Order: sequence, then C-alpha cells, then structure tokens
Amino acid sequence: METADRKENFGYRLWRYDGAPGELIPLLQSAQDYFGYIPRRAINYISGVTGIPESEIFGVITFYSQFRLQPMGKYMIRACAGTACHVSGSKMIIETIQDELGIEVNGTTEDGLFTLLTVACIGCCSLAPVVMINDETHGQLTPASLRKLLRKYKRREAAATA
Amino acid sequence: MKKVIVGMGTCGLSAGAQQTYDRLNELLQARPGTFELTSTGCIGMCYQEPLVEIREGGRRIIYRKVTADLVDGVIKKHILDDTPTPEHIALTINAAGELQGPESDFHRLQQRIVLRHCGTLDPESIDEYVTAGGYQAVRRALLEMRPEEIIAVIKESGLRGRGGAGFPTGLKWSFAAQNKGDRKYVVCNADEGDPGAFMDRSVLEGDPHAVLEGMIICAKAIGADFGYIYCRAEYPLAIKRLNIAIQAARDKGYLGRNILDSGFDFDIKIKQGAGAFVCGEETALFASIEGQRGMPRIRPPFPAEKGLWQKPTNNNNVETYANVPWIILNGAEAYAAFGTEKSKGTKVFALAGKVAHGGLAEVPMGTTINDLVFKIGGGIKEGKKFKAVQMGGPSGGCIPAELGETPVDFESIPATGAIMGSGGMVVLDETTCMVEMARFFLEFTQNESCGKCTFCRIGTLRMLEILTRITRGEGEENDIEKLAELGEKIKENSLCGLGQTAPNPVLSTIRYYRKEYEAHIFDNSCPAGSCSALVDFHIDAQKCTGCTLCAKNCPVDAISGEAKKVHVIDNSLCVKCGKCVTSCNFDAVYKR
Repeated sequence: METADRKENFGYRLWRYDGAPGELIPLLQSAQDYFGYIPRRAINYISGVTGIPESEIFGVITFYSQFRLQPMGKYMIRACAGTACHVSGSKMIIETIQDELGIEVNGTTEDGLFTLLTVACIGCCSLAPVVMINDETHGQLTPASLRKLLRKYKRREAAATA
Repeated sequence: MKKVIVGMGTCGLSAGAQQTYDRLNELLQARPGTFELTSTGCIGMCYQEPLVEIREGGRRIIYRKVTADLVDGVIKKHILDDTPTPEHIALTINAAGELQGPESDFHRLQQRIVLRHCGTLDPESIDEYVTAGGYQAVRRALLEMRPEEIIAVIKESGLRGRGGAGFPTGLKWSFAAQNKGDRKYVVCNADEGDPGAFMDRSVLEGDPHAVLEGMIICAKAIGADFGYIYCRAEYPLAIKRLNIAIQAARDKGYLGRNILDSGFDFDIKIKQGAGAFVCGEETALFASIEGQRGMPRIRPPFPAEKGLWQKPTNNNNVETYANVPWIILNGAEAYAAFGTEKSKGTKVFALAGKVAHGGLAEVPMGTTINDLVFKIGGGIKEGKKFKAVQMGGPSGGCIPAELGETPVDFESIPATGAIMGSGGMVVLDETTCMVEMARFFLEFTQNESCGKCTFCRIGTLRMLEILTRITRGEGEENDIEKLAELGEKIKENSLCGLGQTAPNPVLSTIRYYRKEYEAHIFDNSCPAGSCSALVDFHIDAQKCTGCTLCAKNCPVDAISGEAKKVHVIDNSLCVKCGKCVTSCNFDAVYKR
C-alpha cells in the first residue's frame, strides 16, 4: 500500500528501487516523511540510485508545493487561504500569525517551534476561517481567539522546557 | 439493538468527532452490549458537525453538534433510557423515508445518487457495502455484459464528466475502447485542487468502494487492466480509506486476477499528488504519475489514443465514477429521468462561504441557484444580503443574485460567464468586494501556472499587478480595458484549461460589477467596505476595554485614548496597515 510504503525507511525504499518508471515522486515523498524535509544528501542518494540527474530532481522538487528544502518547525501552522476562508477574513488571520510570531509565510521562528505555511483548501469550509496546527484543526477564528490559541502553544512549550 | 453512528469525515473530525466517538466508546465499554457503535463518512450537514445518528428499526434520528460533553447527557439518555432530547435533534427519518426536524429543508430537495452511501455506511467496511448492494454492478458488468453494452448504457444515461467540462462519459469511453494498445489504463482524477470544493474528498472518505466499482466497470468497457487514482496528499483520510477499500476489494476478489471468475484482470494503485493545481489537467496529471513535473502537453493526441505512458487511457473524476455503478444497476432510463434535457442526473455541490448552512448537497441538474442558496443553504449568514455565487473556483466566475433563477446545468451556467466546474459553490454577501475576489483567484492561478505558455505565465502576472493596484486605490483610467484585452489574449493563447480559464473570474466580475471596478479606480472607494486601503478603521466602543495594545502597535500613532477608556482612530493619520485589527484581543476594531 502506498501510505504504508511511504512510512517505510527511506533507505529501504531506495534499496528496493527496481528501475520502474514513475517512482521519483514517491521516493521524494518518502524522503520528506523520513527527514521532515528533503536534504541535499537525499537528492544525492536518489540521483545515484535512479540515475536521474540532480538538476532534474531539483526541478521536480521545486515544481510541487508539497516538497520543502528547509527543515520545519516543531509546529507546522497551515493557514487556509481557500475561497471560503478568504471571504471570511483569512488575510487578517494570516497577518495575525505573522505579527504574533514575527515570521513571514514559509518562515520558521528562531527557536524552531513554528513554521507558517498557507494552503489552498483544507476542506472544512463550513468552519472558515480555519488554521491547522500539526494535525489539529481550529475553526471560526478571529484575530483575538487566534492569538489566545498561539499563546497557549507558546506557554505549553515554555512549561515543557522549564 | 440501537446502532450509534458518528459522522467522521474531515469536517466532522475537525469539529471534534473523534472525541465524541471516544466518549461513546467509553460508554460502550462500561455497558457492553447496550448498543452498536460505528462511524460513517460525511453526512452533508457540515454546519451541524459533529453529527451522531441513532438508528433503530428503520428509524434514523440525527443529533447535531454532539460534542463529547453532550454524549453523557443527551446521547446517553436516549440510548439507555429511550428519552430523546428534541432540541438537539437535527433530523428524523422514519422507516418510510419521511423527514422531520429543523434540518429537513436541507435534505428535501436533494436527490442522492453519488452520495447514496455517504453518511449511512461505514466506509471502512466492505461487508456493509456489499450488504447494501455493493459490487452487484461489477458482477453484472463483468459476467453478463459485453463492453459495447456497458458503453451503450453509459451513453444512454446521458452521464457527462463531473470534473467541470461536461464531456459525455460514454463517448469518452468508446474512444478509449476503439484504440488498440498492448496496455490501457483507467485513471481517476482525485486531485481536487479547487479551493472551496470538497465533494470528491467527501465521496472518497464516505464511499470509496463506489469509486473503485466505477473504475472496474470502466476498465472492462475499454479493456484496461490497470488503474491509478491520483489523489491530493492534502487528503490523508481519503487516502487511508481508499487503501483500506482497495485491500478489502482484493481480499474479496473484486480486484486482482480473474475477478469473480470472469477471466478479467484489473488492479488499482494510488498515486499521491504533491501539490500542484495544474495536475487537475489530465495530461499534466499523467506527467505527474510518470514522475515528472506536472506540465500539460499538446493535444491531440488525446489521452484515449496516447495517454499515460503513451498508452490509451481513460480519465474521469471521482464523482463521474461514483455514478457508474448506480447507472449499471438501475438502468440508463432511471438515471436520465433526473435532470434537464441535455444535462442528465444529479450534481453534488459544496456550499460554502457566507451561506448559513454550509455543507454538501446533491441535487438534480436544473435546480436553480436560489433553491440551493435559500432552500438548502438556509439563506445568508447574519441576515446579510445575497450578492453572488462563485462557481468553478479559479476557472469560473461570479453569478450575481439577479440571475439567481438560473438552473445549474452544463448549458445555463456557461451562458452566464461562469462554468459548472467540479461543484464548488461559494456564496458571497454584500460585504464581499468583487475586485478583491477577482484578485484573489488570479493570485491563485498566477501562482499555480506551470510556466509553459508565455501568456499564462506573464499575462496573468500583469493582470494580477493591475488588480492589486486597483484594490490599493491606485487604479488608472484604462485599467479595465487592459484587463479585458489581456484576459482574451490569455484565453486564446494557453495550452491547457488552467490558462484558458484563468481570466474568467476577472472577466465575469467586470461583466456584472463594472461599477465596483470604476468606484475603486475613479472614486477611491470600495463599495463593499472590504479593501483595506479604501476604507476607514473604527473602534467599537462596546468592545474596547482600553487595553492600549492597538495604540502601542500603531506605527503612525493614529490611535489615541487613555488606559481603560475607549480608544479612537484618527483616520487622517491612519495608513490602513491593519495592525490594530490583528493586535486587538477583543475583536473591537472594524472596517467601514
């Protein structure tokens, strides 16, 4: 099964590669699952095993929005910028996150805790505006409730490190 | 025994259905054997999630907004003491199928063919699906019908592709069937990239087997032996349930070698998309499955001749395949009885935006926009005025409220300048600025343009620059004409659907809301009160607590007021940066 495959060790997956066409994207997805992003050396390995030039692999990586070349923060904040969220004020929501955490979209906080991304649509349009923090979805947000939520995460982290 | 069913689609889960399910499970552990607990996919009433259904003797009672806390009170009382709590019931469906309760209107106009099992069956159980008549269509198609007969039935039914373009499905299949090849492929496009649309996600999460069945029948009709489902990686639950369904179908012998002893082989593999809107275009989708950048190629040759891996390929979207088993079982005539003369059957719509009852609704083709927005959708949120619906997402356009009596079908919608699209219907109210809406969609397509065609790559960027300028109050006199001209050129000179339709949101808003554009350009005002640069910011005296936070955050010291007293914004100093809105802890700052 594809999902189970992706969770497999990236190295095993490379070793199992039999030259079947169309495997580049699954290999990259597996590398990203394993490392959290696609490090330079993963591109190197994949190129070595498949014979696909590194430049071409890099071209595929940068074409698709799913792939990341930088490590992510501990909490990945995915702010929905879909149509329903947009008309419900997602712009203000994204600006609030930027302001509260001091990062731009696609940026990561200096302490490595939060990364802010925007996504086209999470698919729970009736809860708009929506923000996902890792796997948890938070809906019907306002700038004020969002600030409270982000501070909750910050406090939790501060308590954990103290 | 009572059966308790929790709606656990993505919308339910984000509203807290998992906690509800866990609490019910605890209850069941404490009192084993008192009831049966299962889960189902999207029931459709997303605005009332989490939904819990209690089924007993053919009667279905659906409770709304059942958070974990409500389980101990309301649900426990109903299950164990047989005492329902009417004020929490959204809907009751008795054995005869009659509807009762406050949400009956949401269901009354619906005709559920694609969503026939969504919200009633456990999507992770193939046994439930088979008991409900599942895989009977595959049995009939494989054992009793010849490929030509299958294609004839699909042709007769009038089914047209539900991905947006509305190409007749039977005709498409006949092309792929005629072309010779050592291998042929069946592809299911589940790369639902249109923001604001979640029909396909709900079908995959709620009834994955129906899609598999549709693909198997198609494979038999065109003579393919392998299929791919290309699904967005952003839909992890859909992928999980598809995997479970494919494995179960293999175990039961509905997929694999010699299916049902018919001598027919077919298997399916899931390919996860990696996030590129253009991959909804079929030739770009094939390139992505092949492991390359998802860029479209020139047609002809059409996919039916040279598609995936250069082999004859049939590609349909999720909803199209989900219709197929129903048609095979119930006949072409039964299907063609729904809908209009040229658009047969039903269509699933995802209602979202400023509508009161956002969710998933399946209606016969030809239902009017007003019926969808007001009768099913319950009108506009907060009693505001209905302005328009946006259909077809970034490829579509806005249909103003005055055209609300337009029936939704493949002929009437394109006549308004919008497109049917895959079924996303975003409702807009008087506070939505149409120029900003057009800018929003163009920003999306501009970002997603693959870069192959110059007009799409650069033309959309120029259009976006103009629109951004207009929303900032820096519009110039002939901007509207420039937008219209660029729009037409981009449509003419782009290879694939993305570029050919990218200007639609702009052209359709110019057509119906030219006055709003002119107000931005010539009067420096945004009639909807939405574009930050063109409105004034105010502080709600009722909500302001005088915490001084906005004044501290204001970069130009435009906010004055003493601590613990209501603050005031001096709009002659304000630079409309919005910091006060995002910094306020009490949501006291508003635009007007």
